[in-house]
Amino acid sequence: MMDDKTLAELTDKAKEIRALTIDAIGYLGIGHLGGSMSVVEVLTMLYYRHMDIDPSNPRKVDRDQLVLSKGHAGPALYSVLADKGYFPKDWLHTLNRGGTRLPSHCDRNLTPGIDMTTGSLGQGLSAAIGIALSHRLDGIASKIFVIIGDGESNEGQVWEAAQAAAQFKLHHIIAFTDYNKLQLDGFMHEIMNIEDLTAKWVSFGWFVQRINGHDLPQIDLAIERAKHEPLRPSMIVMDTIKGKGVDFAENQSTNHNMKLDYETALAAIAKL
Amino acid sequence: MSNQLEMRAVYTETLLKLGQLDERIVLLEADLMRATGSKNFKDEFPHRTFNVGVAEANMVSISAGLSSAGKLPFANTFACFATRRTFDQFFISANYARLNVKLVGSDPGVTAALNGGTHMAFEDMGIMRTIPKLVIFEPSDPISLKKLMQACVEYYGCTYMRLHRSFADVLYDENEDFELGKGKILREGQDVALIATGVVMVGEALKAATLLAERGIFATVVDMHTIKPIDRNLVIQLAATCGAIVTCENHQIVNGLGSAVAEVLVEEIPTPMVRVGVKDLFGEVGSLDYLKERFGLTATVIVEHAEKVLEKKMTAVKI
Ligand SMILES: Cc1ncc(C[n+]2csc(CCOP(=O)(O)OP(=O)(O)O)c2C)c(N)n1
Ligand SMILES: [Mg+2]
Repeated sequence: MMDDKTLAELTDKAKEIRALTIDAIGYLGIGHLGGSMSVVEVLTMLYYRHMDIDPSNPRKVDRDQLVLSKGHAGPALYSVLADKGYFPKDWLHTLNRGGTRLPSHCDRNLTPGIDMTTGSLGQGLSAAIGIALSHRLDGIASKIFVIIGDGESNEGQVWEAAQAAAQFKLHHIIAFTDYNKLQLDGFMHEIMNIEDLTAKWVSFGWFVQRINGHDLPQIDLAIERAKHEPLRPSMIVMDTIKGKGVDFAENQSTNHNMKLDYETALAAIAKL
Repeated sequence: MSNQLEMRAVYTETLLKLGQLDERIVLLEADLMRATGSKNFKDEFPHRTFNVGVAEANMVSISAGLSSAGKLPFANTFACFATRRTFDQFFISANYARLNVKLVGSDPGVTAALNGGTHMAFEDMGIMRTIPKLVIFEPSDPISLKKLMQACVEYYGCTYMRLHRSFADVLYDENEDFELGKGKILREGQDVALIATGVVMVGEALKAATLLAERGIFATVVDMHTIKPIDRNLVIQLAATCGAIVTCENHQIVNGLGSAVAEVLVEEIPTPMVRVGVKDLFGEVGSLDYLKERFGLTATVIVEHAEKVLEKKMTAVKI
């Protein structure tokens, strides 16, 4: 359990990460705002409390890893990595510009601290299985975290990976679904519904928890529990709000890849 | 050349018109309907529109089923996913089954711009070119887009269309006729033939021809909108009249337009040629202009290549 001081610090940190991300997207004028905002809390909890990592040694073999399978949320993760010291903060203003080290979708070869290249949805959980199998062979006990989008969960490959991870008893995989109920074209229930998501993961043999993905203590507890699960891979289904924290964007079906001018961005940051 | 139209608007308006005339036409999307802008079709034909969510492989096999039952499906996604992710489904359920699926891959090559390397299809034509009988084309302007979509509906068989989504110059007259598999001569010159495909490279080839003319080099410019089947007769004719060829594509130089042209030349009429295109590199993120420079897809690079091939032509003549 987190004490009050830790909770207060992490709450501030989440706000800071949100601000850096809005700033980077606003500075460019366009970006994947919605899906970046919905993962801020889980990234904060992972990188500032749960993951065993060393920013001065990003490729340390026994580090915990994160596969951000919904690679378009890269901007949120870049804010975290910059803040952690993987690279200078001023890189954030190079987002998506020619020659940048911070491309729209996560790239393990360009950005220090990115563990896996993603962007073609549906592939991240499979990649995480590969890492997890390798670690088992090498006797490495670290955790592999994965964040999947709910829209991404339309991809058949997600479910192929779901059955494989359970079959191989990869209890060191801890996955999250960013269940923000929105995909690119609109609300999931109108485009391609994935209910009952919790029941689906249970039926695939995973240890499943369902939490509020913006509630830090709930995330904390769920990760703790998942870490102690001895046999099954873990799925933490997080109810989230796409665009969380940016009032005019919250839960808007148009917030996926949206234009955001810098002035509006700065105003949004001031309101956080 | 200030007359520009948004290609995706032309695409969706044309699809709607074709859909009004032909009840068989159905539309499939994989959670990129906002990118395609196909809401107009959905509004008019809600029952003929299927958004399958983020599941491209599923979309392509569903399209095959629709076709087997007599429908004429247009399936849209980005070029990278249309080809890399659905290859087996498109190959077996659609092509091998001899069905009639119109697959559309938007944002080809550098036009993926801010979506970056993961989304940048430099190999889609190359992958698709290995599928027997598949027709592959990329319209170079709004008029040819309209006309070639019409031709594609009239043709029975699978097609793969590369669709430039943003604005493009109008190059042709409204009344121009187009046939799949027949290239178009846009400008004539006797020194070198610039054979280009797609919005980006046909545009650059036209600019290059102007730059070359300033240096006293006269170039023919061809819009080779269909790369499979390649217009063999036209390639042979260009080789015979110009004796030097530069191919220009917003794609890897491997197995795309350059390869298709080279195959004809080698077998029929060996002729000096060079290929302008992406040279064995993966895509990157950036603005369109930045990426065109980065990957050598500009008029300047075409001019350099034209000069190189002209040198080869001279030595070839001496021998
Ligand atoms: C294979 C593939 N198909 C399509 C896309 C284009 N695309 C990017 S994000 C997205 C919607 C994803 O929705 P979701 O997973 O719910 O993401 P979030 O709501 O968290 O932003 C789509 C269709 C892609 N990147 N990869
Ligand atoms: Mg979502």
